[in-house]
Amino acid sequence: MSDRSETLASRIDERFGEQLRRVSSTCGELTFEVDKDDLIEVATALRNEAEFGFEMLMDVCGVDYQGYGSHEWTTNEATGSGFSRGVERQPVILDEADEFDAKRFAVVYHLLSLQHNFRLRLRAYTGTSNPPMIRSVVDIWNGANWFEREVFDLFGILFEGHPDLRRILTDYGFIGHPFRKDFPLSGNVEVSYDADEGRVVYKPVSIEPRTLVPRVIRDDNRYSADLKDATDG
Amino acid sequence: MAEIQSYTMNFGPQHPAAHGVLRLVLEIEGEVIRKADPHVGLLHRGTEKLVESKPYNQSIGYMDRLDYVSMMCNEHAYVMAIEKLLGVQVPERAQYIRVMFDEITRILNHLMWLGAHGLDIGAMTMFLYCFREREDLMDCYEAVSGTRMHATYYRPGGVYRDLPDSMPKYQESKFRSKKELDRMNANREGSILDFIESFTDRFPACVDEYETLLTDNRIWKQRTVNIGVVTPDRAMQLGFSGPMLRGSGVEWDLRKKQPYAAYDKVDFDIPVGVHGDCYDRYLVRVEEMRQSNRIIRQCVDWLRENPGPVIVDDHKVTPPQRVEMKDDMESLIHHFKLFTEGYCVPEGEAYAVVEHPKGEFGIYMVSDGANKPYRVKIRAPGFAHLSAMSEMVEGHMLADVVAVIGTQDIVFGEVDR
Repeated sequence: MSDRSETLASRIDERFGEQLRRVSSTCGELTFEVDKDDLIEVATALRNEAEFGFEMLMDVCGVDYQGYGSHEWTTNEATGSGFSRGVERQPVILDEADEFDAKRFAVVYHLLSLQHNFRLRLRAYTGTSNPPMIRSVVDIWNGANWFEREVFDLFGILFEGHPDLRRILTDYGFIGHPFRKDFPLSGNVEVSYDADEGRVVYKPVSIEPRTLVPRVIRDDNRYSADLKDATDG
Repeated sequence: MAEIQSYTMNFGPQHPAAHGVLRLVLEIEGEVIRKADPHVGLLHRGTEKLVESKPYNQSIGYMDRLDYVSMMCNEHAYVMAIEKLLGVQVPERAQYIRVMFDEITRILNHLMWLGAHGLDIGAMTMFLYCFREREDLMDCYEAVSGTRMHATYYRPGGVYRDLPDSMPKYQESKFRSKKELDRMNANREGSILDFIESFTDRFPACVDEYETLLTDNRIWKQRTVNIGVVTPDRAMQLGFSGPMLRGSGVEWDLRKKQPYAAYDKVDFDIPVGVHGDCYDRYLVRVEEMRQSNRIIRQCVDWLRENPGPVIVDDHKVTPPQRVEMKDDMESLIHHFKLFTEGYCVPEGEAYAVVEHPKGEFGIYMVSDGANKPYRVKIRAPGFAHLSAMSEMVEGHMLADVVAVIGTQDIVFGEVDR
């Protein structure tokens, strides 16, 4: 399997050059980064050219890289205090910033070639614009329709050229994009039935957010690349 | 007389044939569907967001609740993604146990599908027959994990515990005679493997029974033949997988093409359809049940002869034995750390896929080196299938919508996540 994916990787390098940049991967999976302006050209070629033949798009996934690699509790040095459970509630941010960090939002495509039995992952960052925007691949793989609607709903990434970009998973009239990292886990509104008014009412949430297990990052020597090679060999 | 214009009709979310909470907005001309607009998300629980807030092991239970009729297959993809990132090798016995339970799950799922699909288009008896066999398989779940549905049995590095030596038995009550009780407990006297073996002996005849009711049934054929036809090209374009893809004649099964666990060591065939209609998909799924039965039988034989560990011995990932903790300080620490903080997974990303009863079920996991996943994306096969609903029902009658919902094998736990 790994030999075959190396062959595929070198063929992609040869064909696309700078358009597709290989990302080193830990699990023997091929990952390439593509500029959002090149996306349509590259995707069309990957589907149509016989040596690649990626006729299926299995998944489209949004990722919000804000706070990637951050932790809630430092583990490297001793602290005078333990981790407090009462993590402060984050203010509601509706992302009114003019610009985002260029590597904040990414859309990840998982391609599958049935004829060659290959898998490939493409990642395209959406750049600094607010709202983030990228070209839609619906015309290349029709199955992307709902997947892109989902990414739009949950991350607020707009897909240029999508025929029917509506919310899909959240409630009718929902405000915000819940899978962004600055959206609180418990949400912003709660619903209840008001007997006096005889209808369902929306109110700001009353529950206090609690972090039961702090997020920590520990360096584990066993997973460092040099050591791993040594034990495998 | 005024000319009849097309009108819009609402179908669901509270409709017995909507398989849960599907809301369809149908554009109809007379009784012919022009367009269907499925509204999903009524069961959206934000699983992917919840997973980001918990240590890895605490989210296995969420996976059961995605597609709640094929619980262990969901778990399998999730633990495989973690194992990929950690680089853990699963013991062979655990792999066979996983294959066996994946196939038990496949039969569970297909029986649920067959019963519900039959009921939807008028075959009441199917539902009762299918649930009869499901009961025995649920008992297998119960014997290994303690619960009949939401098992949380697979763990990163193996399975939670080895197969038990005894099966739970029916208890005496005033509603059952001694004779009746003995008959019900007859195949429960031995270990779980004996019980599963007796099931595999019995099951092919049960499938024959379902087939005598449906396969040549005139009404069944009138409701399914040439309904919801999908060509192989369209099936690939629309991201179909599993029986939906194979029903259209594409020979693609991850168990064969990209084998995981112990699937490369068992023998089975892939059934493929010809016309890509509801009837072909029915035939494919029925044959899959027979093949699953074959795989289960091979696993039982292997498991009988090959005892061994069922989970890796690395206590950074798996908890130590209870008895070790009594006098070993390190085990105690491992246990404490595992159940409070969990383990940190090295930075990276992985996409783990299994051939789920409904299609390709994938977990895309991004880790930044913390004890919680940074992002988990669940690739649910039903989501892609449902998105093609409009195309599949266009030009059909209203009653065929129900047949198409049935043939897609929609379960809202996974579509809405």
